[in-house]
Amino acid sequence: MNSPDAEFEAVIGLEIHVQLSTETKMFCGCRLSFGDPPNTHTCPICLGHPGVLPVPNRRAIEYALLIAAALGCEVAPSSIFHRKNYFYPDNPKAYQISQFDVPIASGGNLAGVRIHRAHLEEDAAKMIHVGTSGRIQGSDASLVDFNRAGTPLVEIVTEPDLTSGAQVREWGQLLRATVRQLGVSDVNMEEGSLRCDANVSIRPKGSDQLGTKTEMKNMNSFRFLERGIEAEIERQTGILRNGGQVVQETLHFDPATGELHPLRSKEEAHDYRYMPEPDLVPVAPDSGMLEAAAAALPELPEAREARYRDELGIQEGAARLMSVETAWAEFFEGMLESEPEIEPKVAANWLTGELAAELRRQDDISLGSSPVTPANLARLVGMVQAKRVSNASAKDVLVKMVSEGADPEQVVVGEGLEQISDSGELESIVDAVIEANPGPAGEVLGGNEKAIGALVGAVMKEAGGRVDGGEVNRLLRERLTAD
Amino acid sequence: MDSGGILGLTGAETAGALESGEIASDEVIGAWDRAAASDDLNSWLWLPEAREQEEATGAPVAIKDIFCTEGIPTTAGSRILEGYLPPYDSTAVAKLRAAGLPVLGKTNMDEFAMGSSNENSAFGPVLNPWDRTRVPGGSSGGSAACVAGGTALWALGTDTGGSIRQPAALCGIVGLKPTYGAISRFGMIAFASSLDQCGPLTTNVTDAAMLLSILEGRDPLDSTSTGIPGGIVPPEGEDLSGLTFGVPRSFLEKGVDPGVGDVFERSLTEIESLGGTVVEVELPHAELGISAYYILAPAEASTNLSRYDGVRYGMRVEERDLVEMYEQTRSLGFGREVKRRIMLGTYALSSGYYDAYYARAQRVRTLIARDFETAFEQVDFVVTPTSPSVAFEIGEKVGDPWTMYLNDLFTVPMSLAGIPAISIPAGLSEPAGGGPELPVGLQLAAPAYGEQKLLNASIALEKSIGFEGRTGEVGR
Ligand SMILES: [Zn+2]
Repeated sequence: MNSPDAEFEAVIGLEIHVQLSTETKMFCGCRLSFGDPPNTHTCPICLGHPGVLPVPNRRAIEYALLIAAALGCEVAPSSIFHRKNYFYPDNPKAYQISQFDVPIASGGNLAGVRIHRAHLEEDAAKMIHVGTSGRIQGSDASLVDFNRAGTPLVEIVTEPDLTSGAQVREWGQLLRATVRQLGVSDVNMEEGSLRCDANVSIRPKGSDQLGTKTEMKNMNSFRFLERGIEAEIERQTGILRNGGQVVQETLHFDPATGELHPLRSKEEAHDYRYMPEPDLVPVAPDSGMLEAAAAALPELPEAREARYRDELGIQEGAARLMSVETAWAEFFEGMLESEPEIEPKVAANWLTGELAAELRRQDDISLGSSPVTPANLARLVGMVQAKRVSNASAKDVLVKMVSEGADPEQVVVGEGLEQISDSGELESIVDAVIEANPGPAGEVLGGNEKAIGALVGAVMKEAGGRVDGGEVNRLLRERLTAD
Repeated sequence: MDSGGILGLTGAETAGALESGEIASDEVIGAWDRAAASDDLNSWLWLPEAREQEEATGAPVAIKDIFCTEGIPTTAGSRILEGYLPPYDSTAVAKLRAAGLPVLGKTNMDEFAMGSSNENSAFGPVLNPWDRTRVPGGSSGGSAACVAGGTALWALGTDTGGSIRQPAALCGIVGLKPTYGAISRFGMIAFASSLDQCGPLTTNVTDAAMLLSILEGRDPLDSTSTGIPGGIVPPEGEDLSGLTFGVPRSFLEKGVDPGVGDVFERSLTEIESLGGTVVEVELPHAELGISAYYILAPAEASTNLSRYDGVRYGMRVEERDLVEMYEQTRSLGFGREVKRRIMLGTYALSSGYYDAYYARAQRVRTLIARDFETAFEQVDFVVTPTSPSVAFEIGEKVGDPWTMYLNDLFTVPMSLAGIPAISIPAGLSEPAGGGPELPVGLQLAAPAYGEQKLLNASIALEKSIGFEGRTGEVGR
């Protein structure tokens, strides 16, 4: 069900709203906030009082320029704000100040998906409908919290270059990681600081015409968006296959039931009567601002993934995880920094393999809240690499690091887990094991290679795991073929 | 000095007497409070019942009720803002207060500054102190009437298409519309944002300059404000030698009452007698000004006035659901002319009509601005009568919007071009239908930021015209 089958293909474009994490709102001096008591961050300007005027937030423009640089967009030398007119209680001036025909950024590309444009605008207030319906129709009362009103937004619009729900999820995660890396937004979908709408249509494979699209609004995770899109692709495919026609509408996907519900079409029948905003002068970033944006650009996830994969030889899955999830990338970079001699590939495996698995096993602890520090994990990897501890012992140490926040050095020394590096001691254990197991030893001597496993196990057990399996194997073979 | 003596002083004289200690702050404020309370022209929408001790450096100022004043009712002449108490002061009022000029009271006006007769106020028309059966002009009708009627020394008004200059002309006082951007619009309730500009209404040119020097300046709260480079100093001028005045004759043919025309011609003679040169200039697109203006201003107004929805402040008609609440609040809260312009503007911005109306009107606006630029290559000032007629009778034009709109024929082009223009009293003339003589205004326009030059020429003309104002019957 995840593909529209051989007959049809899906065409998907995204509109992503990014709330900028500036200190103050887009056009007034009120602080941004999340979760504070309602209407505690308001002023005459963001409440739309008579006589007030907007003054653009310079930091928001700088953040938009950073996003434009990260997405490879062209920045307009002079972009203008428009008024988008509509009546609704969450829209205090009855117009939203947004960019219309001359956005601050256009063109661009992220991981093969073309960016159509990115523009600045202000967020609406938040409405709470009191009553059972949870929507304005049928509610007992509606309350408005203007704390969010006027929060700076950058809306990023892609070209319709995506073709499946899974691709949307992966690309969305990359975009989120990219914006997060810029430090210009919290990009938290549940809190609404990143909101993604998808336009979905279906067409016969190979056609260059676009089908009728539907819009899916405001999913609060990329997983739900993926599922919603897949459900919508299936629905549209079914309609077309039965000779029907897709109706242009806005849909809501309910992740709990997996069902798609149309939102009232009446709510969208808007003529926004766009008009150039006479209270603002054009946004004309000077060359200093543009250069500052380019200079402030950090290594972005797409480039980082390529570097991890191609230069450090890290396998694809780990490279992807560590570039899309900033916390993992920072942890990884922290490891390399504290123990520069460890092998990056090994470090990546310990981080995204062993540690990730252990965190999952122990109550799904997040990387950020686990007591394991990059330095501690790097120390452990260093000990493994230096053969001071065996792989097996190291895994036991890791369990204690996660559960107790233990220091690996102390655990290894304190519990005597240090590998037996004295070859005389190891040789005498090997000799004793051969002597005590004449059966398997004879089989090995007789050419049965597999029988060596039992002897290796016995040596490891005898040595309390403090030995390197490879070394034991080598010694056993030496003994059992020497005669 | 007694009350009458204080009321007889100009702004500059009042400031001087206060500074020398000849008179005290509370004497000045008290004298003007009593004068304002004696008004019988319906000039005022709000006067203070009591005052806290204020240290005044000059006479208190009448403020058009379009300026937000913290904790003081501000209605913009509309029912929809009845009971609204702004939580902040407009920049203009804050600057006056900071300069030691208290608020005398709030003056009546056409609702949201839409009108040329003050008949569109939700709180009743203002009467012209020269003839109480006639209008004072609009939209700053209350501000003009109180100054002309002697119940205020000076006033703040706003001018979008002539709303300072035309009432100043009809009431026989001085009214100045500065360059767009010269004075902050922050806290000035918006009618048409790209045209609205604050300015003074005074009995003389020196006082206008004094208020302008306090008010002008770039305001960080208004991105479109610029101030006036170099600022404003007290105007000086004895003659007009070396200055050229352009008369757009073919534009004036569009209709000037004969009496107004006579006074205007006498003004031109006056200019020449002061050594000025009078030449003819062309403003080929000026006659399209009214048409362009009545697209652009309503378009901006339709979005500016959308915020009056009953949700957050002002009037709300409780209804069963949201849409009905919006409809009833706005239907009952706004008057006829405001609704007419909201409809016009909404239509002009509608999808499919934008290019034919709004975009086209913007092109006309550009052409008119260029006309002035071309004219100012030849002349220092453009001069016209301020208004085609003297004050008309209450009720005379109210039923015919287009005739009413033509009142602004000569003032709208300067607004569209964003340039400064002043109206000074030029003389008296009988109304077209006969009757006692009424004031006629002379309008002088200058290039952007040419206020100082404009004021200097105006003061020379003011001295030589020697307009006395109305004596005896009113205030002083
Ligand atoms: Zn605010």
